[in-house]
Amino acid sequence: MSTLAEFFAMGGYATYVWSAYALAAVVLVWNVVQPLRRERRLLRTLTARTKRGEPA
Amino acid sequence: MLEGFHKFASPPHFHAISRRLSPWLFGVSAVLFACGLVGGLVLAPADYQQGDSFRIIYIHVPSAWLSMFVYMVMAGAGACGLIWKMKMGDIVARAAAPLGASFTFLALASGALWGKPMWGTWWVWDARLTSELILLFLYLGYIALQTAIEDRRAAARAGAVLAIVGVVNIPIIHYSVEWWSTLHQGATITKLDKPSIATSMLIPLLAMTLAFKTFFAAVLLVRTRCEILEFEQHTSWVRGLAPDAEFAR
Repeated sequence: MSTLAEFFAMGGYATYVWSAYALAAVVLVWNVVQPLRRERRLLRTLTARTKRGEPA
Repeated sequence: MLEGFHKFASPPHFHAISRRLSPWLFGVSAVLFACGLVGGLVLAPADYQQGDSFRIIYIHVPSAWLSMFVYMVMAGAGACGLIWKMKMGDIVARAAAPLGASFTFLALASGALWGKPMWGTWWVWDARLTSELILLFLYLGYIALQTAIEDRRAAARAGAVLAIVGVVNIPIIHYSVEWWSTLHQGATITKLDKPSIATSMLIPLLAMTLAFKTFFAAVLLVRTRCEILEFEQHTSWVRGLAPDAEFAR
C-alpha cells in the first residue's frame, strides 16, 4: 500500500513529525497515569490507617 | 451566590464534584483528540511552503497556549490563596504546576523538532524561545519551593508570590514575536484580522486546542483531589471517605 507508506513518510519529515507526536503521547499518558496511581495509593494508605483505628 | 461559591470552594464539596466531573472531561477530551488527529494528520493538506512538517503545529501550538493558560490559572489560584486565604486556591495552584511544566516542556521540545527541518537548528536564543524557557524555569522553581518547604501553608505563600511575580513573563511571551522580530514566525490565529490559515488546517487546530484544554481540566481535577487528600488527611471527612471500598479499590 503506497498511500499508507506515504502517510508514514510524512513527505520526508517522518522523523520530526512522528517524534513530536510520540513525545506528546508520552506527556499525555504520564499526566493521566501518575496522578491516578497517586490517588489510589493515597486512598489505600488512608483506608489502612482508619482500619487500624488510628485517630484522625 | 456567594454562599454557593463558598460551598463549592470547600474541600469536601470540591472533592465530591471533581469525582463526578473528571471522567466526563476525559471522555470529551478523547473525542476531541480523535477528531483533531484525523483532521490534522490525514484530512488537512500539506503546507505549500513547509510540506508535511507543518503538522507539528497541532502539538506545538496547543501545548504552547496551554503552557501560558496553566500559568495564569496557577498564579490566579495562588493569588486567591494569598489574598483571601482560600485553601482551595493554594491546593489548585499546587496541583497545576506539574501540568504546566509538562506542557511547557512539550511546547519547547515540539518546537525544537519543528525548528530543525525549517530553520536548520534545534534552538536559537530568540525572544520567543527564551521567554518560553523562562516559563519552564518558573514552573520548576515553583515545584522546587513546594518540595523544599515542609510547612504547606508557608510553601503555598512563597509559591504564590513567585507565581504572581512571574506573570510579567506571559505578555512578554505573547508579544515577543512582534517586539523582537527574529526567527520565530508571527501569530497565525490570534490576529485582529482574519487568521492566516486555511479552514481545513484551522479546524483540526481548534479541535486539538480544545482537546488539550479539556485534558488539562480533567487532570487538574484528579491532581486537586490528591492534594486535598494530603492536605486534609487528618480531618474526619477524609477519614469517612477512605473505607469506601469501591472507591479505594
